[in-house]
Amino acid sequence: MKLVNINKDNFNNYYYLGVFLIFLSIFDVFLNSFFLINVTSFLPGFLSFILPLVIGFVGLYFIRVEHSGIKNLDIINKNINTNNFNAILTLLIIFTIIKSLPTFLNWFIIDATIVGDSKEACTGTGACWTYIKIWLRRFVYGMYPNAEQWRINLSFISLTALGLVGFFATEKYKKYLTLYYVVIYPFISFLFIYFFISGGRIFFDFSYGIIAAAVSIILGFLIPNKFKLYYFLIVPITLYILLKYVFFFEEYIELGMIEGLVWVETGAWGGLSLTFIISFFCLIFCFPIGMALALGRRSDFPLIRYICIGFIEFWRGVPLITVLFMSSVMFPMFLPQDVYVDKLVRCIIAISLFEAAYVAEVIRGGLQALPRGQYDAAKSLGMGYWKMHIFVILPQALKLVIPGIANTFLALVKDTPLIFVVGLLEIVGMLNLAKTNPEWLGFAMEGYVFAAIIFWIICYAMSKYSYNLEIKYKTER
Amino acid sequence: MNAKFKKIIPQVLTLAFVALIFGFFSYNAQLNMENRGISFGYGFLSQESSFDVQFSLIEYDGSHSYFRAYLVGLLNTILVSVIGIIFATIIGVVVGIARLSSNLLINRAAAYYVEFFRNIPLLLQIFFWYFAALRALPLPEDAEPIFGVIFLTIKGLFIPAFVWNNLDIFMYSLLAAIIAIIFIRSYSKKLRENEGKHIPVLYISLGLIVGLPMISFIIGGVTLSFEIPELVQLAKTSFRFNGGLGLPPELIALTLALALYTATFIAECVRAGIQGVSKGQKEAAASIGLTPNQVLKLVIMPQALRIIIPPTTNQYLNLTKNSSLAAAIAYPDLVLVFAGTALMQTGRAIEIVSITMLTYLTLSVSISILMNWYNKKIAIKEK
Repeated sequence: MKLVNINKDNFNNYYYLGVFLIFLSIFDVFLNSFFLINVTSFLPGFLSFILPLVIGFVGLYFIRVEHSGIKNLDIINKNINTNNFNAILTLLIIFTIIKSLPTFLNWFIIDATIVGDSKEACTGTGACWTYIKIWLRRFVYGMYPNAEQWRINLSFISLTALGLVGFFATEKYKKYLTLYYVVIYPFISFLFIYFFISGGRIFFDFSYGIIAAAVSIILGFLIPNKFKLYYFLIVPITLYILLKYVFFFEEYIELGMIEGLVWVETGAWGGLSLTFIISFFCLIFCFPIGMALALGRRSDFPLIRYICIGFIEFWRGVPLITVLFMSSVMFPMFLPQDVYVDKLVRCIIAISLFEAAYVAEVIRGGLQALPRGQYDAAKSLGMGYWKMHIFVILPQALKLVIPGIANTFLALVKDTPLIFVVGLLEIVGMLNLAKTNPEWLGFAMEGYVFAAIIFWIICYAMSKYSYNLEIKYKTER
Repeated sequence: MNAKFKKIIPQVLTLAFVALIFGFFSYNAQLNMENRGISFGYGFLSQESSFDVQFSLIEYDGSHSYFRAYLVGLLNTILVSVIGIIFATIIGVVVGIARLSSNLLINRAAAYYVEFFRNIPLLLQIFFWYFAALRALPLPEDAEPIFGVIFLTIKGLFIPAFVWNNLDIFMYSLLAAIIAIIFIRSYSKKLRENEGKHIPVLYISLGLIVGLPMISFIIGGVTLSFEIPELVQLAKTSFRFNGGLGLPPELIALTLALALYTATFIAECVRAGIQGVSKGQKEAAASIGLTPNQVLKLVIMPQALRIIIPPTTNQYLNLTKNSSLAAAIAYPDLVLVFAGTALMQTGRAIEIVSITMLTYLTLSVSISILMNWYNKKIAIKEK
């Protein structure tokens, strides 16, 4: 039984009434939430509360007609107004948004403070972005000395630039890109982080190496091709030794006559830069380990297979936090007494092994999804195990599992805050530290919102990028 | 000979490599422990623990053993996991279905929810709820009761406690009802297949599960009363709740964060499962004259569940493992109580970390065995 029968003929009578009613209900909620005016206050409490819902519902009922001929109305009806239940849900969502918008905007922007440089500046009821502004250096660089932070900036900028090389490579050099990204780029970034961000005396060795390499490459253009091999075998090392032991005497450094970069121990690293460093290295390490484990798990040798299964299932069965516990309290027991492994390194090893197990399972999924014919075809061409996997199987399998690998990497980035267990403080850890500072008590909310926004942007960008990759490498099968 | 050799060499090398690492580690461990004057062994488990735990499901104080402390931690982990799993499933299923809604607004809202909560580290969410959101709650003396009996304060959530008399009889009656229902179901299935007769299983089951416990109330001597938390003043400005059931804020924050975070993944599983059932199945079922309800119950759900359940179990496992983040906000779970406090006191790193890891490992392996068994059971049996 229908209360009012709306069809195409009498539709115009109801249409304007419906639109008016919907407008009325939304306007009422709007006034109520933005200007705190309750138009229907003369009614008893509960009725006044649900009146907009009732009015809006009736309005939506009036305008619900199939194929009205009005284009926009049809779109609305089809998407948000298909039946009574949907109409109520639609209204509830619209009202919730209108109701919560003022509170949110007030806190986030309108009543928020960003000027000033002390806690006193924050007098409003809104967020205190001054706190973020003052602490930003700590959140990004951790306890890294202010005067030395250009080193982190410079490393990150150069590494980003080096990472973008792939986009500008011409056809001629495209074939070297894999080699570059898998071997050379990680090595360069390792050099940067180990020597440049750490600094200290060890930095001299790094700079000698760089100078020796640069000078010998430049001079190398002048050498005839015939002698190039001998030249590159002898000259760089000789130059390095000359620089290290003859030109710059070690005593000078010890006497402080030549100042190097200040040594910054890893305990002082922190903040967002540490998040990047850890994610970056774990990402680089866990991928090849995971690939090896995946291949091992499908190996024909039972012993290797069982070892790999045991390894993978072990890491997948325990929470990361216990793995980090292990790396911080148990691992030192397993090493000879005079060996000390830096806790950042221990962390990176632990997270890499942990994530490698997950990567292995993802890649195994890809390997299993490949039809047998691919293996047979490769074998029939006379390819051996490694040739077959490198040139035929893995490229296809990896293409299949791009989303899975991206998810694992996302999980890795989201897991980095856990390193608080070993006492390293990346951005979330720094927030907790700042929160307990007696001068800046009570701004926990701002800090967490700030970190959440940053992590959200990183993770969302990664997932979108992986989606693009997936589309790009999708081939018809 | 050559081929055999080729097969054995890599295996022997791998084994030797693994054995070498293990040997190196255990040799060093032995040396290190000798130097520190500690001997390897699990005897410390029966020693007096002499530390207190804030929140415990079983009776525990400092005079109990380390093993008891381990149990306290394990039970707390299980508690938060179970509550988290229940809420995550509810939210996840609702959001997953909402993502398939024809209503654009609902659809978008669910999608935003998933994108939002999934891309923020869980630890950050736990911190947010614990340090930022729950700290904004009122003090006990200012708290407004919800429905007159529930108090949500900065000190935690206080709800009425159940006071049971003869709880065991009630439980037995419930168990009897469940066993009876299982029997009736299989009997009705047999009846339907052999003679084509239908009996209203659902109504009988409902009657049993409500009726039997009711009878236990009437003649079994089971009574139930509620103990409502009430505010008592300890000092001029110090208030607390007496009676009732108090849930600490750590538990609430942890459950909230775990449930909201895991629900996003469960929602994706549910969506993928329902989308995974091909449209033809639905149309075929409708064309042979099944009612929409029957289509859902007999055709869509069995197929969708086959896709949904394995990844969802995985998410449950993840939630259980993630509950170890409790250590960050001092909720006394397994990691905090055992791998934290007990380790600090005894200094037995190897024993304690290995027990903790083994516990989680047992949990995951048993669940994955269960899941494999289930997978085999529901896999499509092709003829």
